[in-house]
Amino acid sequence: MINLTTPIPEEKIRELNVGDEVSLSGTIVTARDAAHKLMVEEKPDFIRKYLEESVIYHCGPVVRNENGQWSFIAAGPTTSAREEPYQSDVISEYKVRAVIGKGGMGEKTAEGLKKSGAVYLHAVGGAGSLIAEKVINVKDVFKLEEFGTPEAFWVIEVKDFPCVVTMDSKGGSLHKEILTKSQQKAKELIGI
Amino acid sequence: MNLQESILKLIRKASTDLSPDVEDAIKKAYETETEGTPAKNVFGTIMEDIELARKKSTPICQDTGALIFYIDLPVGDSEQKYREAIENAASQATELQYLRPNAVDPVTSKNSGNNIGKNAPYIHFHQWDKDEVRIRLMLKGGGSENVGTQYKLPDAGLKAGRDLKGVKKVVIDAVTKAQGLGCAPGIIGVGIGGDRMTSYALSKEQFFRKLNQRHENPEIANLEEELHTDLNKLGIGPMGFGGKTTVLGTHIDYQHRHPATFYVAISYMCWAYRRKQMIIKNGEVTYD
Repeated sequence: MINLTTPIPEEKIRELNVGDEVSLSGTIVTARDAAHKLMVEEKPDFIRKYLEESVIYHCGPVVRNENGQWSFIAAGPTTSAREEPYQSDVISEYKVRAVIGKGGMGEKTAEGLKKSGAVYLHAVGGAGSLIAEKVINVKDVFKLEEFGTPEAFWVIEVKDFPCVVTMDSKGGSLHKEILTKSQQKAKELIGI
Repeated sequence: MNLQESILKLIRKASTDLSPDVEDAIKKAYETETEGTPAKNVFGTIMEDIELARKKSTPICQDTGALIFYIDLPVGDSEQKYREAIENAASQATELQYLRPNAVDPVTSKNSGNNIGKNAPYIHFHQWDKDEVRIRLMLKGGGSENVGTQYKLPDAGLKAGRDLKGVKKVVIDAVTKAQGLGCAPGIIGVGIGGDRMTSYALSKEQFFRKLNQRHENPEIANLEEELHTDLNKLGIGPMGFGGKTTVLGTHIDYQHRHPATFYVAISYMCWAYRRKQMIIKNGEVTYD
């Protein structure tokens, strides 16, 4: 298990390999569809200081507000593929060091990871209650009214968030490997 | 019996308390995977999550899905009564964080904030001859919904003809294309025949069945078994990390088709296979 704490220096990220298990702590930011579109189209500055050398988490949480203090109730990853058109630009614009999500991402993001020195971390999809326990503090929220709960930027502090490196900064991708192998097997089974 | 409260309980149970048939299948899958692999670790995490969600009454998954209700009613009962109780219960469940607000207006992109909107929750009414009411609920996540698909046979690229062999080929293709994106291991619902619309509906209705309860038609039951075995040979594994368990269940049904059409719809349900039902009889409510 490799411990990572934000802010994460580029050298540390470049050392990571596909298959490494990571335990992440520190301040990170949730962002999904509406947030990525905004970050590419308008490049807003309000989120810049939270993203530099830090981590984007593809997540639309279930949240609670008690006397003005937010907390996360369920917070597993969402499918990352939808951010494929935006991700590499967001990584380079905001100097992001890692993206957490599920399902992996495509060629454009893989290139972006190599160029900018970043990795893709896979969390366990569906494990909403468990991952919410790793979110120890909700520090801030942006665009809540405009985007709604799942789509807002939530600035959160996590402790020992378990992930696996499935795309590294050297071009390695577990998703590509499994896709190739399973397609081969499917062809065999289908008889084509 | 208070209808709204009973439906609220149904929603809470669906979102936070995974059914025993699914949990058993996940435990078995954990045993099957090799020690020290990411696949085994994923199942370990999933099992912890299921227990924690049940203990704390918090959602198993933060995507608490689209709410799909199927209601069977005796003759003369009022649909409106159930619609109102469901809307109130869904709104209350959102406030209590059993549900995430998941109803978005596609014109304005505004989230309604309470899971209520045009055709949301979706409610399908059906009249039956029994003197009891059955309310079935499925919470259908968006990630798994996005990997659902429909084929039109014959399919030249897959050499899939208009027969059950052809059906098998397109299902294998669909699950391969889905990879881990629908939160594998998934439960596969297949609808054979019907038109564009009804084939999708039939594929999704399969998720109300008990896990791997086989079809009454032996040919379909056999196809379910064969496909289940083949799909688990794909090696996609939980989350698409590789492994022995790509699907937890394979359910198929069929309906008559137009002579010119042969549709096969495939719906994908994530491992967080959330569906519950309640029966109301003589004012008493039972859950399953």
